[in-house]
Amino acid sequence: MAVAKTGPAAAARKPRVDTPVVEFKDVTKVYDGGSVAVQSASMRIGRGEFVFLVGPTGCGKSTFIRLMMKEFEASRGEVSIAGHPLADVPRSRVPYLRRNIGVVFQDYKLLPNRTVYDNVAYSLQVIGESRKEIRRKVPDILRLVGLSTKLHNFPTELSGGEQQRVSVARAFVNHPPLLLADEPTGNLDPETSIGIMQLIYRINRTGTTVVVATHDKEMVDKMRRRVIELREGRIVRDELSGLYRPEESTTEFAVRLRGELGIGAEGHPN
Amino acid sequence: MRWSFFLRESMRGLRRSSAPALAALLTVVLTAVVLGVFIPIQQATTGTANEVRSRVVVDVYVKDAATPVERSELRKAIEDTTNVKSVEYISKADALADAKKKNPEAFRAGAELLGSNPLPSSFRVTPDDPDRLQQIVTRLTAGGQPQLAAIDEVRDREEDTAKILSATGLVKALTFGLAILLVFASIALIANTIRLSVFARRREVEVMKLVGATNWFIRWPFVIEGMVVGFLGGLVAVLLLAILKTTFVDPLAERFALLAAPDTIDFPLLVVVLMLASIAVSALGSGITLRRFLRV
Repeated sequence: MAVAKTGPAAAARKPRVDTPVVEFKDVTKVYDGGSVAVQSASMRIGRGEFVFLVGPTGCGKSTFIRLMMKEFEASRGEVSIAGHPLADVPRSRVPYLRRNIGVVFQDYKLLPNRTVYDNVAYSLQVIGESRKEIRRKVPDILRLVGLSTKLHNFPTELSGGEQQRVSVARAFVNHPPLLLADEPTGNLDPETSIGIMQLIYRINRTGTTVVVATHDKEMVDKMRRRVIELREGRIVRDELSGLYRPEESTTEFAVRLRGELGIGAEGHPN
Repeated sequence: MRWSFFLRESMRGLRRSSAPALAALLTVVLTAVVLGVFIPIQQATTGTANEVRSRVVVDVYVKDAATPVERSELRKAIEDTTNVKSVEYISKADALADAKKKNPEAFRAGAELLGSNPLPSSFRVTPDDPDRLQQIVTRLTAGGQPQLAAIDEVRDREEDTAKILSATGLVKALTFGLAILLVFASIALIANTIRLSVFARRREVEVMKLVGATNWFIRWPFVIEGMVVGFLGGLVAVLLLAILKTTFVDPLAERFALLAAPDTIDFPLLVVVLMLASIAVSALGSGITLRRFLRV
């Protein structure tokens, strides 16, 4: 994606620190039905950052992710990836943009009739990687995510956590500079979720910028990374090392929730 | 690398979703067989209709008093008339022989009753286009030219002509309409079957888009699949048609010359046309149907 300037001076120069990997300038997205998903949101995500997008269901997290992939255009404002406004990327170039963005979804989106190996190899075949390179890279990345023994299993033969690992491997096998994850732990139990988050964090440590949309409060609180909170399409909070809901401890949260649900303070349902 | 990859992908697609592929194949076979039977029938019908139409003629009766010079001048004048294809001279003797042949009963004992031959000599005029017949009649009866003075009467057998023209016209229009309808029905049927098989794999297409596959990269395996299905379907249809031809049509054609009479399409040509059409329709069908799923 980043267009290399010619000349030795440009090549030698380090990438400018002030070019954000993702930048939203007063972005608004209105869907065709008229519902407003994102309202005048502005933010910058720098190189190598680990960012949580949090907020209740329907607050616009997924829309943020999809705007970054140019699945659709912003209605107003400007979304830029690595300094390139997405509005200027023609339709025919969108596939090349996506090769520089790894994506992980809640429902894994694996191809059901291909083995683990073939699912990961597919994203290399798509960009025209040679067979030799594929044979070298795919086992490597599958070892990294801890699936080297399940190369020839089909996705239906794996647990949810393992399927998500395959999906992470597929997203990262090209070593894209940006990794987007939309509710990566949404379907997983807490223990498995930690494993997936650990994996994503390890990817972040290699220098990849990571954006995770989630409502997994515990995870956000534990990791203490940058948190961008959305509510009804607006950015209401942006903290460098935040909690899911900083003003409230987990006990307070439980008390509040019990109160809202009309259960007594000590009343355990079982 | 790329083309072998596409080939492997399309083979994988055919294996994995063999049920929809089989449905598409069957559709191609059926429509190709129906078309393969209908094309020769349509041509035979049109050929027969045209043959009947070519019998539409104008008779120009010549005055008995006309001299041979006047007759040849008249013949030349008729031949020069617009829309006339050919002119045939029928002398008094020819006309009598013809009449005797058509109605031997009346002439068995009657030839002596008539002292002389009462039939006039005539020119039989064949038009280049049966629908222009009336114009020829008008041009010949309008008179004015001295060469046409030898004409006694111009007869176009009005009733017969009108019947032949309207009946054959209707037959031609009907078969042509049916052919068009059948072609459209075939394309719609094949396209819909292919749409089903592509729809079954829309998730796959979605994932391909996500990992950054270009539209053509996604489309090629589907197009190749369509071509394979079209080729196999066309092949089966052609084999069925060949069996039908050798077991039913050929023995009949030997016994009744009539069946072979109208010019129909050569079998090899029919085979080529059907094969190309099946492959093209299936390939285009898969390629175009995909378009809806590529807009992500």
